[in-house]
Amino acid sequence: MKIAVLSGKGGTGKTLVSVNLAAAAGKSTYIDCDVEEPNGHLFFKPADVKSESVTVKKPLIDSQLCSGCRKCVDFCKFNALAYVGGRVILFDDICHSCGGCALFCPEKAISEREKSVGYVQSGMSEDVSVITGIMNTGEASGVPIIKRLLENLPEDDKPVFIDCPPGSACIVMESIKDADYCLLVAEPTIFGAHNLSMVYRLVKLFGKPHGVVLNKCLEGDNPSERFCVENGINILGSIPFDSELGTLNSNALIAARESAKYGKLFNSFLETVAREVQHEAAVNS
Amino acid sequence: MKQLLILSGKGGTGKTTVASAFIKLSEARVFADCDVDAPNLHLVLSQSIEPKRSDYYGLPKAEINPAECIGCGLCLQHCRFDSIVGDGGYGVDYYACEGCGVCEAVCPVGAVALKPAVAGELMLYANDTVFSTAELKMGSGTSGMLVSEVKKQMKEAAGNADFAIIDGSPGIGCPVIASISGVDMVLIVAEPSVSGISDMERIIKTAGKFQTRVAVCINKYDTNVENSKKIEEFCKNSSLPFVGKIPFDPDAVKAINSALSIVDVDCPSGRAAREVFDRTLPLLFSKGDANTQSSGIQINTKKSV
Amino acid sequence: MKIAIPADEKSLESGVCPSFGRAPYFLIYDTETNESEFIDNSAAASQGGAGVKAGQTIVDSKARALITPRCGENAAMAMHAANIKIYKSIEGSIMDNINALTQGKLSILEEIHPGFHGHHGGN
Repeated sequence: MKIAVLSGKGGTGKTLVSVNLAAAAGKSTYIDCDVEEPNGHLFFKPADVKSESVTVKKPLIDSQLCSGCRKCVDFCKFNALAYVGGRVILFDDICHSCGGCALFCPEKAISEREKSVGYVQSGMSEDVSVITGIMNTGEASGVPIIKRLLENLPEDDKPVFIDCPPGSACIVMESIKDADYCLLVAEPTIFGAHNLSMVYRLVKLFGKPHGVVLNKCLEGDNPSERFCVENGINILGSIPFDSELGTLNSNALIAARESAKYGKLFNSFLETVAREVQHEAAVNS
Repeated sequence: MKQLLILSGKGGTGKTTVASAFIKLSEARVFADCDVDAPNLHLVLSQSIEPKRSDYYGLPKAEINPAECIGCGLCLQHCRFDSIVGDGGYGVDYYACEGCGVCEAVCPVGAVALKPAVAGELMLYANDTVFSTAELKMGSGTSGMLVSEVKKQMKEAAGNADFAIIDGSPGIGCPVIASISGVDMVLIVAEPSVSGISDMERIIKTAGKFQTRVAVCINKYDTNVENSKKIEEFCKNSSLPFVGKIPFDPDAVKAINSALSIVDVDCPSGRAAREVFDRTLPLLFSKGDANTQSSGIQINTKKSV
Repeated sequence: MKIAIPADEKSLESGVCPSFGRAPYFLIYDTETNESEFIDNSAAASQGGAGVKAGQTIVDSKARALITPRCGENAAMAMHAANIKIYKSIEGSIMDNINALTQGKLSILEEIHPGFHGHHGGN
């Protein structure tokens, strides 16, 4: 089962939930798709890390063949090319690697070379396979890295937890494409409820079975809980606000491993999630 | 008009909570929400009027006219973004399409055209205050430019106001860079966690490149007193003004959930925010080189926490 | 020689536009003929790469100098490739800046800022 963990905005507890569920599951895979700011590896501190570069194609202009017609400059929708000082210059961090310039150059003066835009790092933390995507600062898009992270996922019994980037932009869509189930994490504030509504729209658009986990719960009214009730969204669990959990988390420790109380909480939560995912799978098949 | 931008790096640190408090305390007449992916400021600073709305166009998206499509598949062959779907007759996956125009140029029968695509909506509330905000449509990618539009819209409506307060975007990417550009001062609301500190350092470096004055405060500092001390030390060693720390406060949540700012009620976080505000605003208006801040010493951003 | 300056309005008396890449117009001023021409900046509406596109416009205008308060790294790269000097603008009108340049009172713009390309973020 592939479970994507997402939230409308950062800081709600996506990483807390996905890291701890993966740890509670013991044998599992944790994939960090928040390629601009991956944090999961700070908790897992994986060993035997293997790193693989993720590349995209960037144009290479042969100035000997270039006739200065500027067709490439005019074609590029991203303004990644300019014609200055008698030659074509490439601004490669705004180039989206569409291949158009190479395809349409009348002199065949443009070829393509592979350029690294980031890395996929794999390691182990106890029985958890930790896979982290890291985008080089300033790159145009994290999508190629997420595509690599999610290709060739083993079709075995091990649950896969996908820690998604915050928000509902295209990199989030890419992260949930192959998920069987989406777990939405929400904070108990009106901000949290508003952000939950945005990401809820996203999972509905993609037709993904989904459920909510309420995080940082305090006493009193919970606007996110109200939103779920009003919209008939399944609440799979609530994690109370607790300074012990907060401290463990801010020191990059995995609560499910460090604390008996949280080991139990996340194990029971894992059982609920697994049951729910299987139920949805049965209903949809 | 002086502009104060509130950033945090990591999401969820309390940028909007602090920004709304500052806006109330300063009685700011001009303010903006640059967190276009998930705008929240309007939930606390509720407006009684309808805003002026305008569409924000992102990169155009390709559309295939099924009546003209001959099913040759050249578009599919050349699309680098897995955006052409179908078999025999083709269509475009709207969310995957990056608007590169290759399919349009390669189609032998002109069945593909790039059409303008609405990527978000700008909103401007202008009566006795000016509040500029926007929301990015799901699946869009061009938030940097929308942030610039929010600021531009704010400035154009601002008239002769002395200052503006801007609630920035989380993260460290291009929307943050777009929000820093042209601003007089950045206040970083830091979270005392390993990831929070790392993001704070990255923002300080970025703000440095724009020659913008930077100050730091800590929110929810008592969730990790040790890390909070580290942040204070770091500010001292880098000659960055440390303008205060705000405790974790359940009353803050109650206030926010009642659409009130933390300074509208009497609570510990509100009182602490007021102190941070009292130390920050003079820095916004003080003269002098941004690089030397108020202490007259060069910022040494090479040190780490 | 021709000088380029980003402008908010088509007037020599207005201030220099605070943004280079997204200025609505560029003034191209010829110091030999004292002729001024305001050209539209097509980069203002671009999703991304405004600095590059604006840079291309300046290069194509045959200006030898650019006066601007700020400049991004992509535009700066284009200027340097064309040997166009970038000067830091001062307070005052566009005309004040042109005079300051011809009197040798402007300094080269040292701080180049990173681009804020409107690319796929998600944060």
